[in-house]
Amino acid sequence: MLWNTLLLALRAIRRNLMRSFLTILGIVIGVAAVITMVTLGNGATKSVSDQISSMGSNLIMLIPGQRFGAGSSGAPNFKLADVESIRNQIGVAKAVAPIANKATTAVYMAENWSTVVSGSNNDYFKAGNWELAAGRTFTEAEERAGKAVCVIGDTVRTKLFGGQNPVGSEIRIKQFACEVVGLLKAKGQSAMGSDQDDTVVMPLRTVQRRLTGSQDVNRLTVSVREGASIDAVKDQLTLLLRERRNIGETEEDDFRVLDTRQLAETLTGTTRILTMLLGAVAAVSLLVGGIGIMNIMLVSVTERTREIGIRLAIGALEREVLLQFLIEAVVLSSLGGLIGIALATGASIALSNLMDIPYLFDAGINLLSFFFSAAIGVIFGYFPARRAAGLNPIDALRHE
Amino acid sequence: MTDATALIRLSGITKTYGQGQAAFLALKGVDLAIEPGEFVAIMGPSGSGKSTVMNILGCLDTPSSGTYVFEGVHVEQLTRDQRALLRRNYLGFVFQGYNLLARTTALENVELPLIYRGEPAAARHAAARAALEQVGLGGWEDHTPAELSGGQQQRVAIARSIVTRPAVLLADEPTGNLDTRTSQEIMDLITALNRDRGITVLMVTHEPDMAAYAKRTIRFVDGRVESDQLNGGAD
Ligand SMILES: Nc1ncnc2c1ncn2[C@@H]1O[C@H](COP(=O)(O)OP(=O)(O)OP(=O)(O)O)[C@@H](O)[C@H]1O
Ligand SMILES: [Mg+2]
Repeated sequence: MLWNTLLLALRAIRRNLMRSFLTILGIVIGVAAVITMVTLGNGATKSVSDQISSMGSNLIMLIPGQRFGAGSSGAPNFKLADVESIRNQIGVAKAVAPIANKATTAVYMAENWSTVVSGSNNDYFKAGNWELAAGRTFTEAEERAGKAVCVIGDTVRTKLFGGQNPVGSEIRIKQFACEVVGLLKAKGQSAMGSDQDDTVVMPLRTVQRRLTGSQDVNRLTVSVREGASIDAVKDQLTLLLRERRNIGETEEDDFRVLDTRQLAETLTGTTRILTMLLGAVAAVSLLVGGIGIMNIMLVSVTERTREIGIRLAIGALEREVLLQFLIEAVVLSSLGGLIGIALATGASIALSNLMDIPYLFDAGINLLSFFFSAAIGVIFGYFPARRAAGLNPIDALRHE
Repeated sequence: MTDATALIRLSGITKTYGQGQAAFLALKGVDLAIEPGEFVAIMGPSGSGKSTVMNILGCLDTPSSGTYVFEGVHVEQLTRDQRALLRRNYLGFVFQGYNLLARTTALENVELPLIYRGEPAAARHAAARAALEQVGLGGWEDHTPAELSGGQQQRVAIARSIVTRPAVLLADEPTGNLDTRTSQEIMDLITALNRDRGITVLMVTHEPDMAAYAKRTIRFVDGRVESDQLNGGAD
């Protein structure tokens, strides 16, 4: 019975090619959209967390003011003395880098390039997981004297020097000439989407004296030894800085202490929400596909009811008719589901490449959308048939 | 027409369509006995209940009351599936409107009842081809209903109804949509099936010309059998 019914189901599919095609199409679109969206979202999340880990692990950032990013809002900047104090008091601090930033233009021969100059010390490279492609970092004497030397990022090198080795050349920053002593290895985009290699690093003193004209430090970066408790270090840092900044017991902090893990959570949280949003949009297309299928099925219900009448009249059992319709629905929707998965895989791989994010196969979403689409196909293909197959043959034949 | 040998016996069959106020009594107590091998024409004015009684005989519909005995079996006591098996194994039905599966070849239409019977493919194809040959449609196996004339479609329908070698062929106005010449060809075919294969035939028709092919004519009026007589000159 099963074999014969399978034959009947396949014949019914073949005989209604247009209807079968549209049913499959509805499922293909829905399944492909959901899987592609979710896969790309997962890839984006992964890429963000990868970039965060490239920033350096066990990193703590100290920023004046309570709001991240939007200026110091009146809160005083840090001082160079804070660096010494942290070094002395917090034993597990592997590297403490003060940072003073200044946006400016770098010039070499006829080329010029707008970039950000960061004044810091050699700990800056350690904390940020930077490696040198050529040259060296600063000497102690250079740091102390605030010499006009700099280490440049790969983007700045490309813009000013093309493919040449910049080490030993002099670039102009504002009014002074500055010797390039080192070139950093390229790191690519940061988690926030900015180009990490678009940077010029100088000794802190040099920047303070020649560019910002103040003793201020905009940011402190502390890298903690492996295995140390980040939370404990954060607490110690908070206490230390509250004391140094004379904050009364009842007053709130006028600085923030952030660690990379927190940053990672915030950012991947954002992309995860984005993934869910994309998934929801795609789920709507799955639903629309389902409604399309329902439409096709309802339009053909008259014809199919009469077909069922004919089958019953020549002696088909109700369950044989139902089994045929069930097989038909399952074959069509699983075919649609499989094509949808294949299409989604192709599209996800291509788009991941295009967007430069990793491709991650997510079995869960593949299975979920496959079974959801199969359910739609079966519900809309099978249930109208169930009604018809329960009629007297003559009533099914007379249906209009 | 001795009742002891009856293939089919209806007694006190009634059929009510609708319910309550709208209820309509289409059959008001029909008694009938059909012997094996008979060729019976059923006539009567429109709305007199001919199709209703045919549908009950063909197990396509159920009576409201009364008994229907087919080869000694009380049909009104059978389950839905048992009635389906009765249709499958003993009855062939030909409709005025053909009722073929659209976009399906003549051969596949004719072999459909055999698929439900579970016959193997080779036997099925051979039987379907033979049935089409018998109704004069050899060579038309691969044509779909849309590619066939009305007369040819009705032949396919007849081939489908006889491919299972049924005991009874029930035909409700099989020539109702056809011209005179084609009608005569169909009637010749049905007559031959009755004569050569011994198939019992019950046929509804409006036309005395067609009824004349039968050996017995039952006349319905207003949901009752009004007259039941043998045809003098037909055979
Ligand atoms: N499904 C139905 N619902 C309600 N009334 C019906 C139904 N089928 C038939 N009738 C009524 O039952 C009566 C008998 O119908 P039936 O189809 O048996 O007539 P008939 O003798 O075959 O007529 P015709 O020669 O026009 O085919 C008619 O009055 C018809 O209106
Ligand atoms: Mg009728």
